[in-house]
Amino acid sequence: MISDQELNILLEDIYRHYGYDFIGYSKASLIRRVKRICNMDKFGNLTELRHRLFEDDSYVKRFIEELTVNVTEMFRDPSFYRALRQEVIPALATKPFIRIWHAGCSTGEEIFSMAILLEEANILDKALIYGTDLNATVLENVKRGMVPLDQMKKYSENYIASGGQQDFSSYYTAHYGQAKLLSRLTDKVIISTHNLVSDSSFNEFDLIICRNVLIYFNKDLQERVLQLFESSISTLGFLALGSKETIRFSAIDGNFRKLNQEKIWRKTK
Amino acid sequence: MEKNEIRSKLVVIGGSAGSLPFLFEVLPRIYSPIQFSILIVLHRMAGTDSNLEALLRSKCSIPIIEVEDKLPLQDGYIYLAPADYHLLIEEGRSFALDDDEKIHFSRPCIDVTFQSVAQAYGSRATGILLSGANEDGTLGMASIRKYGGLAIVQNPASAQMPVMPQSAIDLGHYDRILGIEQIVSFLNEQV
Repeated sequence: MISDQELNILLEDIYRHYGYDFIGYSKASLIRRVKRICNMDKFGNLTELRHRLFEDDSYVKRFIEELTVNVTEMFRDPSFYRALRQEVIPALATKPFIRIWHAGCSTGEEIFSMAILLEEANILDKALIYGTDLNATVLENVKRGMVPLDQMKKYSENYIASGGQQDFSSYYTAHYGQAKLLSRLTDKVIISTHNLVSDSSFNEFDLIICRNVLIYFNKDLQERVLQLFESSISTLGFLALGSKETIRFSAIDGNFRKLNQEKIWRKTK
Repeated sequence: MEKNEIRSKLVVIGGSAGSLPFLFEVLPRIYSPIQFSILIVLHRMAGTDSNLEALLRSKCSIPIIEVEDKLPLQDGYIYLAPADYHLLIEEGRSFALDDDEKIHFSRPCIDVTFQSVAQAYGSRATGILLSGANEDGTLGMASIRKYGGLAIVQNPASAQMPVMPQSAIDLGHYDRILGIEQIVSFLNEQV
């Protein structure tokens, strides 16, 4: 069993040694994942894990990958994508040029979903989608546009529930157990590593999507990230969060108006 | 504040297939207000039963809240775990959500929440494991006992799907086996 205090010491040592800052992350989730790493990599206790982590520089990459959650889906929460389709896309369509930032995009499934929405509204050509994650390994997949083929039935159902009317299978081809998205859906995607904890704003966006990332942060870090988003959204731009996340308790709340039942806000000031 | 936190008790209820009738029968019969809090973790299909909160609310006088990220825990409420997230207890007694892989084909996973409650509440935690068709919850019950809490299983004979409570019984991870009436009495005796 790992106490909050033992975890804190581990996180501070990781930060000093490698520069990865997990100190503002939610402790409950991290403790669960550190335990899982100990099980998977057969460390009998935290001391053995620490030894490997700080004596073997090649191990840290794996550790960081396993410490962060990289679970994602296409068209997760179809009602959210329906709201994007009906209320956000038409507003974006009026602009000469569209910039969208998926912060914490993992392997890219939400980016692929967004690209399909833009394509169906005939505005993909004038859009750029920035996908960032702290984890470089997952980003490699975003440009490849690969999705496990066994997930496509579910994603197709999500797509239809979100109001999609095309033949979903026309957006990919099957390759050895993987579905490869059409290249025109990933051509307008720019990927980069970006750490929400330590990196700053790098552009101004019409829409920032950051779903189920803030749940892993404590309240102080959430506030920092929300302010980073606020300073990176153009006036009348949009912010979209996960279905159980909110800006209600943040200082930025006063500058945003909630659009509907979904977790989408529009910047008003 | 600090003192109150330490005195707070939490009853965490885990269930799967066949546990809703139990909740509709039991929850309306708990005297309101309660001096502790109740957390309900059910295997739910994402998107299919989003009105569960409203349904339970219509039958109970105790206020029911579906958990959002970092919501602080307070006595007097029944909390409902949202579909499609694992639910953990964060330091300082607030809820933390996690969308990591499913466990036992389930998110929320009962084991994950029970283990987290056990660590946060120790002897002030009670786990109640209801009807269900798989073995989720058994390890969580073991954790609750290990940290000094009380582990109650619904009598499998009264459960629509006995696999879940029976699994905890078979491995010895329980303190009491109670029927529906006894669980109502138990909850009404908590102060």
